Amino acid sequence: MQTERQPPMTEPVKTIRIEVLRYRPEQDSEPVVQAYEVPFTDDMSVLQGVQYIKDYLDGTLSFRWSCRMAICGSCGMMIGGVPKLSCQTFLRDYYPAGLRIDPLAHFPIERDLVVNVEDFIRKLEGIKPYIVPKEPRTLEQGEYLQTPGQLEQFLQFSGCINCTLCYSACPQYGLDSKFMGPGVLALLHRYNADSRDGASAERMQLVHAEEGVWGCTAVGYCSEVCPKGVDPANAVNQNKTASAMDYFLRFVTPKAVANKGAANKAGAK
Amino acid sequence: MSARRPYVRSMDGWWRRDPFFVRYMAREATAVFVVAYALVLLVGVLRLSQGEAAFNAWLAALRSPLSVAFHVFLLAIFVYHTWSWFRIMPKTMPLILPDGRRLKPGLITGAGLAAAALLCLAGFAVLMGVKP
Repeated sequence: MQTERQPPMTEPVKTIRIEVLRYRPEQDSEPVVQAYEVPFTDDMSVLQGVQYIKDYLDGTLSFRWSCRMAICGSCGMMIGGVPKLSCQTFLRDYYPAGLRIDPLAHFPIERDLVVNVEDFIRKLEGIKPYIVPKEPRTLEQGEYLQTPGQLEQFLQFSGCINCTLCYSACPQYGLDSKFMGPGVLALLHRYNADSRDGASAERMQLVHAEEGVWGCTAVGYCSEVCPKGVDPANAVNQNKTASAMDYFLRFVTPKAVANKGAANKAGAK
Repeated sequence: MSARRPYVRSMDGWWRRDPFFVRYMAREATAVFVVAYALVLLVGVLRLSQGEAAFNAWLAALRSPLSVAFHVFLLAIFVYHTWSWFRIMPKTMPLILPDGRRLKPGLITGAGLAAAALLCLAGFAVLMGVKP
């Protein structure tokens, strides 16, 4: 048995009220709010608060977490109605008012704070989220060379950790989950904008669809909540331009060239 | 047998849930007023085609207190329209990398707003008959 966390002697123990939306499919017909009084110190994250509940107050509470340092993307929750990684959000910022924690919005609730992200994973697999070489390359040919400009075109979008906070920030995804959504489209752009990649014409077929970039209405909240500064809204909207260009260029260019035009391979400086 | 019973939450009133969504809906709603003002101007063109008397009557109608109040209201709406669209502009543009680094979003928004303000002033000067 673990011993109780002891705050430093100089600091009085503070207690914060954490309300959690609970859903136990075997007993709840719909989610219910349950409140806990959690003692905390100023260095405790919301994740640590939830872990305290599970360890000392209510062992039945379910939630996902892993790394505790904003890189695994597992611990996303709606904290005070805003999608955040609970490991990098601090309880002190909600004191003394207390806070409310919901499972990530727009996803079906599996149990308590655990949501079902199968739809996201399926879409992620569909975009070939890896570099597809343009042609076979031998070791003798050496490494790929890129200019700083070519690197900059995709570097930012490669920061995605699949935490799905952007999906919880996207009302278009909430209203119609057929929309591919910000995260997957940002990763699609990460590979399409990479000068080493040769599969962009194929990926553009997904971009062109109603469920692709055209499902986006430029709300822009996805980029605000992204914990990694990926800016999915920019990736999506760059591809609206690319998709429109591809559509109009087909009237003035031979077919093979038009497909290449869709590749959106700007950035060579 | 699976005990899974995924619960799908309602999206009712989604845009009231977050101030960000309220601002987004306000931005989208301003488009309705842009259309409304386009209709006002269209009526002006229609009245112009009906002769001088009809056009002057339209001009007189625009000077009524109700119409002036409507124009002040529309001006406020258009300012918000302009500001909100230039605010999202950095997210909708291809990357601009003048020195290999991405342009600051504030710079793009600021440039857009400055261009809009300059064009408005230029248009105003021309309409007022001020020779540059």
